[in-house]
Amino acid sequence: MPPNSTSLQTTRDEPVLTVKDVYKTYTLNKGQTLKAVDGISFSVMSGEVLGLVGESGCGKSTLGRCLLRLHDVTSGQIIFEGQDITHLPERTLRPLRQRMQMVFQDSYASLNPRRRIGDLLAEPLKVHGTVNGERRSASAITQRLAELMELVSLPRAALARYPHEFSGGQRQRINIARALALSPRLIVADEPVSALDVSVQAQIVNLFADLQKQLGLTYVFIAHDLAVVRQISTRVAVMYLGAIVELGETDNVLHHSVHPYTIALTQAVPRPVVGTPQHAPLRGEIPSPVHKPSGCRFHTRCPAAQARCAHDAPQLRPIAPNHEVACHYPVLSHN
Amino acid sequence: MPVNAPLLEVQNLCVSFATRGQMIPIVENISFSIGEQEILGLVGESGSGKSVTAMALMGLIDAPGVRITGMALFKGQDLLAMSGKQLRTLRGQEIAMIFQDPMTAFTPVYTIGWQIDEQLRVHQKLSRRQARARTVELLGEMGVPDPLNTANRYPHQLSGGLRQRAMIAMALSCNPSLLIADEPTTALDVTVQAQILDLMRNLRKTYGSSVLLITHDMGVVAETCDKTLVLYSGRVAETGTTQALFAHPQHPYTAALLASIPPMSGPRPERLPAIPGSPPQPLERPAGCAFAPRCTYSHATCLPAPPPAFHAINSHHKVACLLPMEGTPLPPRFSANTTATV
Repeated sequence: MPPNSTSLQTTRDEPVLTVKDVYKTYTLNKGQTLKAVDGISFSVMSGEVLGLVGESGCGKSTLGRCLLRLHDVTSGQIIFEGQDITHLPERTLRPLRQRMQMVFQDSYASLNPRRRIGDLLAEPLKVHGTVNGERRSASAITQRLAELMELVSLPRAALARYPHEFSGGQRQRINIARALALSPRLIVADEPVSALDVSVQAQIVNLFADLQKQLGLTYVFIAHDLAVVRQISTRVAVMYLGAIVELGETDNVLHHSVHPYTIALTQAVPRPVVGTPQHAPLRGEIPSPVHKPSGCRFHTRCPAAQARCAHDAPQLRPIAPNHEVACHYPVLSHN
Repeated sequence: MPVNAPLLEVQNLCVSFATRGQMIPIVENISFSIGEQEILGLVGESGSGKSVTAMALMGLIDAPGVRITGMALFKGQDLLAMSGKQLRTLRGQEIAMIFQDPMTAFTPVYTIGWQIDEQLRVHQKLSRRQARARTVELLGEMGVPDPLNTANRYPHQLSGGLRQRAMIAMALSCNPSLLIADEPTTALDVTVQAQILDLMRNLRKTYGSSVLLITHDMGVVAETCDKTLVLYSGRVAETGTTQALFAHPQHPYTAALLASIPPMSGPRPERLPAIPGSPPQPLERPAGCAFAPRCTYSHATCLPAPPPAFHAINSHHKVACLLPMEGTPLPPRFSANTTATV
């Protein structure tokens, strides 16, 4: 497959996606508000994989959907390939959607059970029908479907079958093929491997990595499994209650973590090695996003919290090259 | 562990379901034992028969045409031969179970406290007031904050972690000798999972319970279990002390499963050593070794029936694979791993 021909719009050093101070607020009953995404800013460079980790309810999926305008943000800016798409009307946005795609967690729910794989994959090619002003011919579509099957290592015969005839891993391959159909630049993958068994999960993680290299894709990879995120990401953002608490290169964030939450999170991952030293688990659970703690949102569970943390909210600030943290008292001695 | 009679001894457990005139063997010839205060991990991928094994032991499979054979001696009595009435006195009292999803395991229409009280009142004949006092005490021991008020809340009002703690409190309310935990932490976040695993490890000290822990997570097994049983496609692949099994897996499936987990430390491999394909459907299970079609070591002798018999590596490690018997056992895990990742 030829590399993306339209990627001339931006050079390698320009971010594919920039998020500036994005908020997503939901209004609940009784005048309460839920700030699912609470002031987030970051950029994703071309060819980069940004891993977005955090526990359930931290806002990572909401953020992922906001990135592609599946949800509209409450405030802030989303800039895709240099163009502000935050308030673009659907008509103008639609052609851009070819260049940003999503892969979801539930491989079964995201495929129409009554349609054959071939039809499902041809749909985006028909909806975004024109290439350089001309409609795709039937033979061009057939050829593209064959290419897609090869990309995700499925037999061509799979095109004539229905989603229920495949295993979870194979269905996720089909979802990836559909996301790739229009040769996107950016793929937002929301927990794409968490419903899979470990042995199959490794296959799909490898597939994501291979495609990224082969096609020069840019990913925002959302997952709660730190080991999977470590494997695939060039940079990692750790979220807690709607905000990024630590951001930087994968090794910096996961091996030289400075935020007490990141440290607790990495320590809590059970290692498949007998005799791994056990750390005291973090107290309590993630508070409700409707009633966020004052000051630093993590201070209620933080082992290193001090008086200041209860009223003064820390901002994300650089602490080393390619490493930012939102904490007043980052843990610098930790390895 | 003293070699008195184990608390639970399962021999050749087979479970088959009838569909369209065919018997589908879901679980084939599973044998294991759990000693006093021991934690046994039952690991395998989805569809490997972990939950069916547990449900069969508890007498909870209620499907027409199911056939359960074998023996499960619990304190000398065969669970599989018991009447429903006998089992009912045992369940909750002697053997308790916790499930993956505490939201569906509790009924939504009664408070947490009411549901734990009920168990105490039925099995231990306590009065309402005595039962509630014990419930509050139990919730407190499980680390539930403000147990007095939490007891009066409904399941949907609690977080996942608290619901799981309440579930464990309910399971432990009658001080069972055996606790069967079916994926107890799978629905929880890692930081909460760490808390619950901590709790489970302490149960045997404080309650003297043995635990059958069902999970798909090798990390959870390594951190929690004394012994491990690896299931693949309804059959036992390998069993042994967790220590031995993780340091020197003898079955290529165990070794490949461990290798396919992305590491949290050390160099990141370019590609994860994935296992090709996916586990067979029960009706398509090979006559010989079920793992042979996906196994990098498979050869002609692996394929014909019957599946490989158990080979004892030593007194605490057994494997259903021909390799050690043929004199070509797998290398120990870590030397194998380092060569693979370089």
